[in-house]
This record gives sequence, structure tokens and C-alpha cells, in this order.
Amino acid sequence: MSTSELISKITDLEEQIERLTKQMRSDVSILKEERNRANEAENDLKVIQQQLLQQEKLASLGQLTAGIAHEIKNPLNFVNNFSELSMDFIQEIEEELDKLTDSPEKENILELLSDVKSNLHKIKHHGSRADSIVKSMLMHSRGGTGTMDSTNLNDLIREYVNLAFHGMRANKNPINVEIKLDLDENLPKINLNAEDFSRVILNLSKNAFDAMRDKIEAKGNTYKSVLAIQTQDLGDKVLIVVEDNGPGVPDEIKDKLLTPFFTTKKGTEGTGLGLSITHEIILTHAGTLEIESVMDHYTRFKITLPKPTN
Amino acid sequence: MKILIVDDEQDVETLFVQKFRKEIKSKALEIMFAFSGEDALRLLGAEDSPEVVYVFSDINMPGMTGLELLDKIKSKFSHIQVSMISAYGDRDTYEKALKSGAKGFFTKPVDFDSLKQEIAELLTNK
Repeated sequence: MSTSELISKITDLEEQIERLTKQMRSDVSILKEERNRANEAENDLKVIQQQLLQQEKLASLGQLTAGIAHEIKNPLNFVNNFSELSMDFIQEIEEELDKLTDSPEKENILELLSDVKSNLHKIKHHGSRADSIVKSMLMHSRGGTGTMDSTNLNDLIREYVNLAFHGMRANKNPINVEIKLDLDENLPKINLNAEDFSRVILNLSKNAFDAMRDKIEAKGNTYKSVLAIQTQDLGDKVLIVVEDNGPGVPDEIKDKLLTPFFTTKKGTEGTGLGLSITHEIILTHAGTLEIESVMDHYTRFKITLPKPTN
Repeated sequence: MKILIVDDEQDVETLFVQKFRKEIKSKALEIMFAFSGEDALRLLGAEDSPEVVYVFSDINMPGMTGLELLDKIKSKFSHIQVSMISAYGDRDTYEKALKSGAKGFFTKPVDFDSLKQEIAELLTNK
């Protein structure tokens, strides 16, 4: 073989090697890409698995709740019925006593009767309270029966934040709150069950007011409470942020916030169902709920909802 | 006038007796109680001339349900009116009861005012 032949052969080989190397590089990068895609898919799957698990838990809890609620309803009806009846009877007894001549004994009887009557009022009052808890438990377990309609999310937010605000102002311990709405007016219509989703806005607003009230009581007038609500188009979904500048949520409690019957409110103020209902409603809308908080600075609820596909 | 209340909750008896205290005292109304569908049928069958004109029955009871009792009463004692009282006021149960010949359907907690009105109508129509 001549030198020139040899050189051309080497050149050929070099070219071949270069081509193969290129090919290999591109193969490697394709493989990397596919591995990444597989990893992503695996991660997605893990997230979905966790969501399913959570939903499964909630569903079984819902069934249990409905069962318990129905079982409690009957005895509760007796408590309410009998206390009401007894109040009627005491009314009658008092009318009968009026016909008798006055005496210290009669005076004493009337006094005792008035105490019994006020006790019965208390029984009736707390019975009614329990009844309303039972009702919200039943609503809690009903889950996703309503229909989804194309809804203007911004309008719904405006309406129900306003309602929550005026509800709070009309109730005991009203506070001054600045409401900041930053709504993306180009937001497309979202498929919602408006009745259910309005509860999400009401619940989150009410929670924010309650949290900020605590901070006002602790800090006094130097603190200005603000409830900020934002909507944003994220492309394939929309984001709703409900943020208050209240006391914040400690990390150790944050995980428990969505658990049914978990409440930080003292005594009789909370049922511990508000946020778990909120979470469940968001799940039935195929959405997500995230909670971010920095102690003494803010608590931020981030909701995403999928956009309609067509 | 005699009516029969059927409910597996025994305190229902006390509740009704107290709610209708005046009517019972004035003998305008006599209330009987049965704590199961089987009991109710025995009571109705045992009387020589079934004086009971109206039966109010719970639906969810152990043993015979209120709806089964309704069917039996309607076939054996067709002149007796039957109304249902249930904690589950769903449409299916409601329609089933009315189709089987129930006169009325009351949901729990019982609205005693409407129940009193129903009974008052019976008393005036007598």
C-alpha cells in the first residue's frame, strides 16, 4: 500500500470516528433527555400517589363523618326538643302561679323556675350549636356532587371577600382591615362549583381576619392589618393567593392545619373544619393548596386551579 | 281519636306525650306507641275493632322497616292513614313512601307545629 493510499485510509477512518463520535454524543444526549423525562414522570407519579392517598383518606373520613353525624343527630334532636318543651312547660307553670296569691314561697319558686328556664335556654343554645356543627360535618362529607360551571373567578373573589369582610364587621369583635385586591383582569373563565368554591374564599378570609385580630390584640394600634388577594394566569393553570400579615403559622402546626377538627381557636370559637373543608373543595376542583408562612410576618395560602382544556 | 306512633327510640313516646299533653288531657287524642314494625302490626291486629285511625312511623328501624310496615298496613287495614317520619329526607325514600300510599312525609327533627296541624285536621274532620 502506498503512502498516499495509507493517508487517505487514515483520513477515512478519522472521518468515520468523528461521525461515530458525533452519533454517540447525540445518542447520549437523547438518552439523558429520556432519563430526565423518566425521572420527571416518576416524580409526577409520586406526587399523584400522595394526592391519591390523601384523597382516599379524606374520602374514608368523609364516610365516617357522615355516619357519625347521622348518629349524633337523633340524640341531639331529643336534647333540643325536650329542652324546648320544658321551656314551654315552665312558661305554663308561671302562668298558673300568677293565679295564686303572693307569698315568700311563691317568690322562691318563681326565682328557681327562672334559673331553670335560663339553664334550659343554655341547653337549647349549645344543642343548636352542636346541631350546626353536625350540619357542617354532613356538608363536609357530601363532597363534589355539585356541577362545575364556567365562572369568572375575579367576580367571585370580589363578591365573597366583600361578604366575608362585612360579615366580620357585623359580628362581635370587628377589626379594621385593609383589603388589597390584585386581580388579573385577563384571567379566563374557570370551571367551578361556585357554591362550594365561594366557601373557600369565605373560609380563608375569615381565618385571616381571626388571625389578624389576635395580632391586633397582642400588638395594639401600631400594627395595620392587611388582607391581600391576588389572581394570576400561570399558563396551564391559574393561581390564587390569599395572604394576611397576621401572626403567621409555626412550622409544627402548619402540617396539621388541613386536618379535620384541628383548631388553634380557643374554646367554642372554631370547629376545626374550615380549612379541611377548604382543602377538600380545592381537591375536588383538581387544584392544589400550599401554605407558606413566616412567623410574625405573613401567612400565604396559594391555590392553583387548572384552566379549562378546550 | 287514637293514633299510633312507631319508632325504635323509646324516648319518642315521652316526647309525643308531652308535646300533646293538652290534647291527651282533654281526651281529644289518644296516643299509642310501638317500638318496632312487628309490634305495631300486633297492636293493630289485636284490637277487635281497630280504633287507630292514623299511624306515624319511623322508616329506619331494626327488623321491619317503616316502608314495609306501610305496605302491610295498607293491605291489611286499608282505612288507616299512614305517614312516615324519617331522618333521611332523600327524594327516593320520599317518592317510594308516597307511591306506597303514605299520606304525608315528615323529616326529623320533627316540626311539631306541622304535625299538630296534621292531627288537628284529623280531629276536625272526624
